[in-house]
Amino acid sequence: MKRIALLGMPNTGKSTLFNRLTGAAARVGNWPGITVDLLAAKIPLGGNLVELIDLPGIYDLHGYSDDERVVRHFLEAQPIDLLLVAVNAVQLERQLVLPMQLAELGLPVVMAVNMIDEARKLGMSVDTERLAAGLGLPVVAISAKYGEGQAQLLTATAETLGATPPQRAEAELARARLAADDQIEARAAALLDSAVSMPRVVPEQISDRLDKLLMHNAWGLPLFFLAMLGVFAGVFWLGAPIQDLMKNGFGWFGAAALQPALAGTPELLRGFIVEGLYGGISTVAAFVPVIVLFFFFMAVVEDSGYLSRAAYLMDALMSRMGLDGRSFVMLLMGFGCNVPALMGTRVMRSRALRLLSMIVIPFSLCSARLQVFLFIIGALFAPAVAPLVLMSLYLLSFATAFITAVLFRRSEGFRSEEPFVIELPPYRLPTLRQVWMRGWLEVRHFMARASKIIVSGVVVVWLLTHLPYGVAPAGAESYAGILGHWMQPVLGPLGIDEKLTIALIFGFVAKEVVIGALAVIYGLDGNALTAHIAGSLNGVQAYSFMIFCLIYTPCLSTIATLKAESRSLRFTALALAWPLALAWTASFAFYQTATRLLGT
Amino acid sequence: MSRPLTSLAPGEEAQISKIHAAEALYHRLTALGFRSGRPIRLLRRAAFRGPLHIRIGSTDVIIRASDARCIELVAI
Ligand SMILES: Nc1nc2c(ncn2[C@@H]2O[C@H](COP(=O)(O)OP(=O)(O)O)[C@@H](O)[C@H]2O)c(=O)[nH]1
Repeated sequence: MKRIALLGMPNTGKSTLFNRLTGAAARVGNWPGITVDLLAAKIPLGGNLVELIDLPGIYDLHGYSDDERVVRHFLEAQPIDLLLVAVNAVQLERQLVLPMQLAELGLPVVMAVNMIDEARKLGMSVDTERLAAGLGLPVVAISAKYGEGQAQLLTATAETLGATPPQRAEAELARARLAADDQIEARAAALLDSAVSMPRVVPEQISDRLDKLLMHNAWGLPLFFLAMLGVFAGVFWLGAPIQDLMKNGFGWFGAAALQPALAGTPELLRGFIVEGLYGGISTVAAFVPVIVLFFFFMAVVEDSGYLSRAAYLMDALMSRMGLDGRSFVMLLMGFGCNVPALMGTRVMRSRALRLLSMIVIPFSLCSARLQVFLFIIGALFAPAVAPLVLMSLYLLSFATAFITAVLFRRSEGFRSEEPFVIELPPYRLPTLRQVWMRGWLEVRHFMARASKIIVSGVVVVWLLTHLPYGVAPAGAESYAGILGHWMQPVLGPLGIDEKLTIALIFGFVAKEVVIGALAVIYGLDGNALTAHIAGSLNGVQAYSFMIFCLIYTPCLSTIATLKAESRSLRFTALALAWPLALAWTASFAFYQTATRLLGT
Repeated sequence: MSRPLTSLAPGEEAQISKIHAAEALYHRLTALGFRSGRPIRLLRRAAFRGPLHIRIGSTDVIIRASDARCIELVAI
C-alpha cells in the first residue's frame, strides 16, 4: 500500500485536514523508536487504498525540537511515497521554506494552501498556479475547516502518486544544510512577490480587540480564572450525573443479567467474572463521560486560540516551576479528574515539559479523592473544623505539586530545552464537527490504550482480596490481609493499621472505592460504618490516612494513562515511586509530630 | 543605535538588526519570520515580568523576556 505523510508547520490546520480526509478511521500507529502518537488511517484515493500518516507540526526540517527530531527520524526510517504539505495561506510569507526543503528530499510533494477562507477575508490573494510553477509541484488552495478544495486536493494527490515510482527520502536529513537553506529563502522571497498579494494595511481585526480585553494586565487573569471555572463546572458538574447514571446502569446489568446468567457456576468464578472482569470494564466505562466532556471543552479552549493566551497570562508564575501556562490549565483540570488532564498535556510539544507536567498533575486532589475525604472528615471532625481540614488538604495538594515541579525541573528528562516562543493564532470559532470528533477520538484512544491495564489491575485486586479460597472477602486471612500485615512495620508508624492498609490496596484501583472497601472490611454499612470509624480511629490517624491517600499512587486509571501517554516504563515507575515516597514521608512526619505534641 | 527587543514600549515598532541566539532558538525564530531587516511591533507585555506579545508580519507570537533579549533592533 502506498503511504502519504502529512506535514506542515504547527497551527496550519494539519490535524483539521487529517480529520477531514480520514473521518473517524484514524488509529494510533506503532512506529519503532517514536515516542509520540502518530495517527494513521487508510483512505481510498484514486481507486486504491493508501495510508495517510499525520506527522507532528514542525517549523524547520533541520530544527532541534523534539517534534522536528521525530519527523526526521520517521522520514529516514519509513518508506514514503508522497509528502502532503499543509501551509497557512495567511502566513505564506514565512511558510514557503518548509515545502521547498521537503521538495529537496527527492520525494514527490503536493502542497495544500490551507485557511484560504481566512486569507480571503483579510483581502489577500494567492495565485496557486504561479506558486505551482515556481515550486515545481502541484498546489491546491483549500479550507480544511469548511471542506473547500478537498476534491481538487485529492485529485492532485492521486495524480502525483500515480505518476511516480516508489522511492525513499535520500538526502541526509540530519546534516544541517544552511547554505542550501539560505538559497531556498531567497527563492521563496522572489516567488512570494509574484504569487501572493497582501493588502498594504490590514485593518484592526476582532482578534486584536478581544486581545485587548483578554490579555489585559489587570482583567486578563480574573477573566482567565472565570473561564476555567466555567470549563471545570461544565465538565465535572455535567459529567458527574452522567457518570452516576453509567455506574448504576452497569451495576444494574451486573445484578440483573450477569449474576443470574452465571447462576450455576461456582461462587468464586462468578465473583471473579462479575466483580473482577466486569468490574474492571465498568471502571473503564466510568471515565468515558468525563473524557468526552473534557475534550469537548478542550477543543473549544484550544481551537478558539485561548489556550495560548492562557500560556501568556500564567507564564510569569509557571516558568519559575519549569512549567508553562498550558500545564497550569491541565493541573487545574486535574482537580476534577487526573486522567483527561494527563491526556490533555499532549498540547505541549516539548517532551520534557510534558513529562514534568505529567508527574505533577496526579497530586491534584481529584473529585474521587474528595469523596473519600468528605466521608472521613464527616465521620471524625466537628462541623466547625471540617472545612479547615478540607482546605488544608487542598493546600497540601498544591504544595506537593509545587515541590515536585521545583525538585524535578532541573533533572535530566524534565528540563525543557525548547525555546518558549509560542504562536498566538487569531481567535476562531470551532465547528461542532471539530468539537465532536475531538471528544470521541480521545475516548477511543483512552479505551484502546488504557483499558487492558485497568481491567487487569481490578482483577488482581479482586484476587488479592478473595484468595485463598474460602476466606472472608478482604479479611485478615486473604492475601490482601496478609499483605496488610506484612506492611505494618512500614505503615504502622503512620498510624495506618492493617484494616486501613487493605483499604489503601483497594484505593489503588480507584479512590472512590475506598469507602466501599471500608464497608466490606468492617462488614458495616452507612451510619454504622461512620460510627464505627469514628469510634476506632482518632483524628490524628484519620488525617494521616488522608495525607497518604492524597499523595500516594494515583488510581490505576491514572497509571494506565501515564503509561499510555509517556510510552515509557521508566517514567511510569518513577511517577509511581515518587508519590509513594512523598506520601510516606509526609504522613510519617505528620503522625509522629502530632502524636508527640498531643501525647496520644 | 541598536537596542534589545525588551526595551520596546507597547505599540512601538522597530526593525530587527541582529539576532544572536543559540542555535535552537535561532532556528525557531527564523521559522517564525524573525529576520534582520524586518519590522517588528510590541503589542503588550504580561504583568510580573511575564512574556512579550509581539507581531512580526502576519504572525503574532509570545516570547519570554529572557529570549527576547537576544533580538536587537534599530529604529525604522
Ligand atoms: N478559518 C479556518 N480555520 C482553520 C482551517 N483549518 C484549520 N483551522 C483552525 O486552525 C486551528 C489550528 O488547526 P489544527 O488543525 O489544530 O492545526 P495543526 O496545529 O496544524 O494541527 C484550529 O482552530 C482550526 O479550527 C481553515 O481552513 N480555515
